[in-house]
Amino acid sequence: MNQFLSFVRKEFCHIFRDVRTMLILLLMPIILVILFGYAISTEIRRSPVAVLDHRRDDVSFKRIEQFRGSEYFTLHTTTGNPAEIHDLFRKGEIKIALIFPADGEEAAILSDATNPNEATALTQYATAILASPLPGAGPFYPTLMQRGGGVKAEVSLLYNPQMKGSYNFVPGVMGLILILICAMMTSVGVVRERETGSMEVLLVSPLRPAYIILAKAAPYLLISIVNIATILLLSRFLLDVPIRGSVALLIAFSILYALVALCLGLFISTIADTQQAAMLISGVALMLPVVLLSGMIFPVENMPWILQRLSDVVPAKWYIAGVKDVMIKGLGYESILRETGILALMAIVLTAISIKRFNTRL
Amino acid sequence: MNSVVVQNISKAYGGVTALESVSLNVGGGELFGLIGPDGAGKTTLMRILATLLLPDTGSAKVCGLDVVTDWKDIRRGRIGYMPGRFSLYQDLTVEENIRFFASVFRTTMEKNYDLIRDIYVQIAPFRHRRAGRLSGGMKQKLALCCALIHRPDVLLLDEPTTGVDPVSRVELWDMLGRLKRQGVGILVSTPYMDEAARCDRIALMYSGRCLSAGEPGVICREAGASALYAVCSDNMYALLSDLRSYPGALSCYAFGREHHLRLKPGESDASLLTGWLCDKGHSGITVEPISVTIEDWFMDKIVQHNEQE
Repeated sequence: MNQFLSFVRKEFCHIFRDVRTMLILLLMPIILVILFGYAISTEIRRSPVAVLDHRRDDVSFKRIEQFRGSEYFTLHTTTGNPAEIHDLFRKGEIKIALIFPADGEEAAILSDATNPNEATALTQYATAILASPLPGAGPFYPTLMQRGGGVKAEVSLLYNPQMKGSYNFVPGVMGLILILICAMMTSVGVVRERETGSMEVLLVSPLRPAYIILAKAAPYLLISIVNIATILLLSRFLLDVPIRGSVALLIAFSILYALVALCLGLFISTIADTQQAAMLISGVALMLPVVLLSGMIFPVENMPWILQRLSDVVPAKWYIAGVKDVMIKGLGYESILRETGILALMAIVLTAISIKRFNTRL
Repeated sequence: MNSVVVQNISKAYGGVTALESVSLNVGGGELFGLIGPDGAGKTTLMRILATLLLPDTGSAKVCGLDVVTDWKDIRRGRIGYMPGRFSLYQDLTVEENIRFFASVFRTTMEKNYDLIRDIYVQIAPFRHRRAGRLSGGMKQKLALCCALIHRPDVLLLDEPTTGVDPVSRVELWDMLGRLKRQGVGILVSTPYMDEAARCDRIALMYSGRCLSAGEPGVICREAGASALYAVCSDNMYALLSDLRSYPGALSCYAFGREHHLRLKPGESDASLLTGWLCDKGHSGITVEPISVTIEDWFMDKIVQHNEQE
């Protein structure tokens, strides 16, 4: 035990005496959460809008005021000249324009639409504003709601009523950070011992390989727990993402995922010969699948069959699904049994392979 | 009991032979030197003895334990192994490194302090300095401390004096002498010929073979059976080829600022040589009889080996 503890202490020395490692371990989670929470957001805010107002009455003025007040739009210009609107579109100064005809019930929305996702979102926001009741009056353009056979669809968004992007990104960022820290750091750590030759001396000592591996992984597990706490606090109090389920369950599930990532790192260390190779393998083989195949950005359900199967072996996919269930939907442990089982299985298989592949010789 | 017994060990990496049928043995409390140039196979032999590599053929025993079958017992602190490159933790301090390796071997620095005291007092002023900021000599002294801290029966030191200044080299060899007297069997490799004289016995390694082994003094006497001369003239370049064509010459090679010429047994008349060189047009000729060093013996052995190939 003494042997093990002094090994762990040595690992902490390595971590705390290298400024770059420290920065990566402790600052990266904070930066990523803030980056994904604010800068990289699928929500569109304060999009400039121009209004071509032929109506010029109380109703159109009130509508324009509503757009001015919305956090999604800022009013660029109000004009009566159609040519000016087209000019603004060509210059790229506006992404969307409203047209109020001189008479009749309908309003038109013109959209730039070079970026389809943005156009869809903006027209949805604009339609929602136009369909809302005017202050002190009934719905002004009832026809907007009733297109499509006269059935009125009442939409309610259960778990994310404001359609906030951060509800999706926080679980994704947790999945990304834990795998980066645990897998990359442990794989680089083990390979460094081999590269600098200290592994030669350790191998000739009475230390058992399993001890070496465990002692290498333990500090990163502790740091991951700190990171999980940081991310949860940041998302709760900075990004206003609720934690609806049990915090203990969420942390326990995250620790299981961190373990899988550690095992993955140990496995990588048995393949890579140099620190650079370990870094590259962790970067390319872990980060890309986590970003692309975990459902964090692109929905897995729409992918071709082969990519869907490939995504099944990405631990982050199961972790993110589980975190969404517990954190956003507030479900209990029964709902994430499948995810837990799959992650546990991955951890066991990876540990077995790593210990088997761990060379007791050079 | 013999500390190390090596019998007909061979090892190849891919198609390249690193060791070919090497045999030697190191007695208990003996300081044994493996002398040879880079690429001679010294490190491979050390690693096989440290149980880090498996030999292709042959067998080897360390402390009476077989390196292939009993490797786990050997790793329970029987040997102290110091690899050729600096293999300690550069970001730990001197003292942290020693304490770490002590705990890895389930002991403490205090318990075995008497064994490392002589070396440790020299690096003690820097004990809070990180190992990466030590000088080459200090690093090797620290590495020796770490290899000794668990009181091993046998020390395997792979080129401990490479990259070390001359003063520290002498100090390191003094320490090895003291350890030997405490009963530790030491196998040390070095590319420096002048260090061979400090060993009890030496083996000459060259391209994977053990060419010859014995006590340095005896080796010099044996090699001294034929006369050796240091020869100089004003045209050293032409002198080398002329000396090689001298009828009584056994071998001749450049040795620093002079050429070392070995005469065939029975040919011991230096005055004949001077006259012969004068005829060849050399001026400023000096011919000095000298005593044979390990390096002369070494060059002879390599020349013989290459002729046989």
